[in-house]
Amino acid sequence: MRILSIALAAAAVIGLSSSVALAAGGPNAAQKPSGIEWTHSGPFGTFDRAAAQRGLVVYKEVCAGCHSLKYVAFRNLTGIGLNADEIKALAKEYDIADLDEDGEETDRPGKPSDYFPSPFANAKAAAAANGGALPPDLSLMIKARANGDNYVHALLTGYGDAPADFDVMEGLSYNPYFEGRQLAMTAPLSEDAVEFADGTPATVDQMAKDVVVFLAWAAEPTMEARKNLGVKVMIFLLIFTGLMYAVKRRVWADLH
Amino acid sequence: MAEHHPLQTNNPVIRWVEVRLPIFSLLNDHLVVYPAPKNFNYWYNFGSILGIMLVLQIVTGIVLVMHYTSDASMAFDSVEHIMRDVNYGWLMRYMHANGASLFFLAVFIHMFRGLYYGSYKAPRELLWWFGIIIFLIMMATAFMGYVLPWGQMSFWGATVITNFFSAIPLVGDPIVTWLWGGFAVSGPTLQRFFSLHYLLPFVLVAIVFLHLWALHTTKSNNPLGIDPKGPQDTIPFHPYYTIKDIYGFAVFAILFAGFVFFAPNYLGHPDNYIPADPLVTPAHIVPEWYFLPFYAILRAVPDKLFGVILMFAAILILFVVPWLDTSKVRSATFRPVFKQLFWLFVIDCVILGIVGAYPPEGMWIIVGRAATIYYFGFFLILPIVGWFEKPKPIPESISAAVLAKSDGKKPTTAEEKG
Amino acid sequence: MAETTDGEEHGGTRRDFLYVAAGGMGAVGVGAVVWPFVDQMNPSQDVLALSSVEVDISSLEAGQQLKAFWRGKPVFIRRRTEEEIKIAQGAKMSDLPDPQADSERADENPEWLILIGVCTHFGCIPLANAGEYGGWFCPCHGSHYDLSGRIRKGPAPRNLEVPQYVFLDENTLKIG
Repeated sequence: MRILSIALAAAAVIGLSSSVALAAGGPNAAQKPSGIEWTHSGPFGTFDRAAAQRGLVVYKEVCAGCHSLKYVAFRNLTGIGLNADEIKALAKEYDIADLDEDGEETDRPGKPSDYFPSPFANAKAAAAANGGALPPDLSLMIKARANGDNYVHALLTGYGDAPADFDVMEGLSYNPYFEGRQLAMTAPLSEDAVEFADGTPATVDQMAKDVVVFLAWAAEPTMEARKNLGVKVMIFLLIFTGLMYAVKRRVWADLH
Repeated sequence: MAEHHPLQTNNPVIRWVEVRLPIFSLLNDHLVVYPAPKNFNYWYNFGSILGIMLVLQIVTGIVLVMHYTSDASMAFDSVEHIMRDVNYGWLMRYMHANGASLFFLAVFIHMFRGLYYGSYKAPRELLWWFGIIIFLIMMATAFMGYVLPWGQMSFWGATVITNFFSAIPLVGDPIVTWLWGGFAVSGPTLQRFFSLHYLLPFVLVAIVFLHLWALHTTKSNNPLGIDPKGPQDTIPFHPYYTIKDIYGFAVFAILFAGFVFFAPNYLGHPDNYIPADPLVTPAHIVPEWYFLPFYAILRAVPDKLFGVILMFAAILILFVVPWLDTSKVRSATFRPVFKQLFWLFVIDCVILGIVGAYPPEGMWIIVGRAATIYYFGFFLILPIVGWFEKPKPIPESISAAVLAKSDGKKPTTAEEKG
Repeated sequence: MAETTDGEEHGGTRRDFLYVAAGGMGAVGVGAVVWPFVDQMNPSQDVLALSSVEVDISSLEAGQQLKAFWRGKPVFIRRRTEEEIKIAQGAKMSDLPDPQADSERADENPEWLILIGVCTHFGCIPLANAGEYGGWFCPCHGSHYDLSGRIRKGPAPRNLEVPQYVFLDENTLKIG
């Protein structure tokens, strides 16, 4: 038995110290993004409302040209601090496909209960308009990527010239944070691409941060409710567990 | 069955029911006065934890089905509807998803406990078998449940697992087509997985009932592995173990709540937030963490059919453990060699889990194969261990051991007494 | 159980308090856990978002009616003529199985009658401009409603229900 354990340990040591390169994905593996401080991280995190509202502007004016946000309804925007009137006004800016009295397809102004419309009629049209690459829906993007908020921020700010030895394929752009290091989306953000109502300078980094906050909210609008309830549940459980421990000791007292 | 104690009560309602259906005396026999060894440690809490988790999974599941749609074109959307629009839908969903993970954590600990204390040995072989059957049904249920949100991992995980069956010679491909209801994982597959995922938990309840019946027939084992000699070795289940079980569950609930409220997606995979796409395969297809050790064993073998056979063998070997282990001593407490091998086995299972998470490349292949060899080696060496091991002296009785521990003396062993 | 060495009474009350506190907390916990399971069956947020609906009534002329859809049910929106208003207001209370003044029903503006188009008998949708009272007629079991939506003849027990509504402006009616 001891021989077996020794043999096993030896095998493990030999295996681990072998010079076989543990390539995690190969030479074009994505660079890991560095972490930023987000107000929504951690057990007590909340969404920065001002940032989310700026992010909404970035989404509407930049991203929405290609990316849908199908799971977010205008009425949900109360979650980032818009009031009912602002939402009504925002909804009206959109043309929502609907049927008219005669059953013909038509457009009507949006209502709060409507969802953000897709910029394209369907997936095929979306891909065709983007060189064959389908721009993904952004409602869940932050949850659909590991370390989503940092990843999206790094991606949006990470565009640049490819190193000399890297061959960028036709129609793609270099970005070290994307798996394979090149992607179909060209750099979407440029300095002052939008104007923020609160006067915040629209640097690329700022816009990237704000749109990430907005998308993080869009991916999970119930996050704050979840963490709030979580704190209450944990406090309850810790007290209750303490009480139950005392009860257990009391009940078992005569046996100990 | 246990001795039947007619219930002493003045309550006329209870007496009326008792004459017609002795449910109250049944509950009394099995939950109140039931004699349990007095020396259970906290590893023995996991049975009741599992029972509560099963109920929780069923209740959250039924609630989720009130809002879920199993049609492939709407399944993913319906889950987002639950997360965003249904009151407390996010809570139901996260409880159900994380509940499954904690269900498996508890069952692994429960099984390891059984192995350590020899609870699979005579006369508890059937109890052990029901347990393995429960584990197998849990795995099937969890696998199908993960398909229901119809994300990328749902779809591709289903594709990989159902493809196992194509390894069967001759009938493999027709079987896979039959499972799929089509030429690939698709709408019909999702629909039938939904049906079976709803069904199997109730089959589980029935097997759990058999598991508990077997347990109450042979009575529980205990950390010393020696049979109770009389009432001085046991205590009534209520209040001792009812209270201890509630306390134990409260501790477990803290862990559960930690995941549900503060890290609800930690045990999952981000790719499952991408709607299923039959034309795009994820870079790394990984099952949920509780399947990783078996996934590692599967991939340790270069041959497809043999890999599948070995993976199933990893679970089926558990059925013969009562006969593989020839030792007359139950508890690892008194089995120094077995104890070491057991802990190495636990570490081995963890290593297998880690290996399962990585692509089968480079050093992971070597580690995976070594760990697989040890996994089966552990079971296959048990007969020899049983014959050659010299066990430590076994106490005369549970009470003697418990008393001796509180006195700080070593108990007189059965051997010394003569 | 063995006697505790500290005074029976002190030990007793302390022990009881502990059990009561733990049991009470457990009960509160169970109650708190039950509530989300009950509440999840209440209307979800997307359903509640449609709990009121705005209707464009600018195209309706006197004597015309349009049907809207609100909370899963049809709503009759009728713009009544002078003649129709007079008839509706002139009905005798003693003639009505469910007496109610027209002014109570078309309370915002007598020109506009808003009704939930569900027969109070067994829930069929009555037909407009039918029946012996100039209003609606339910073909399922023959209930006749008048120009105020009140039951006149037939098995229906109550008048057609008037939903909550408000005129946001002269072209928009908000129901609910």
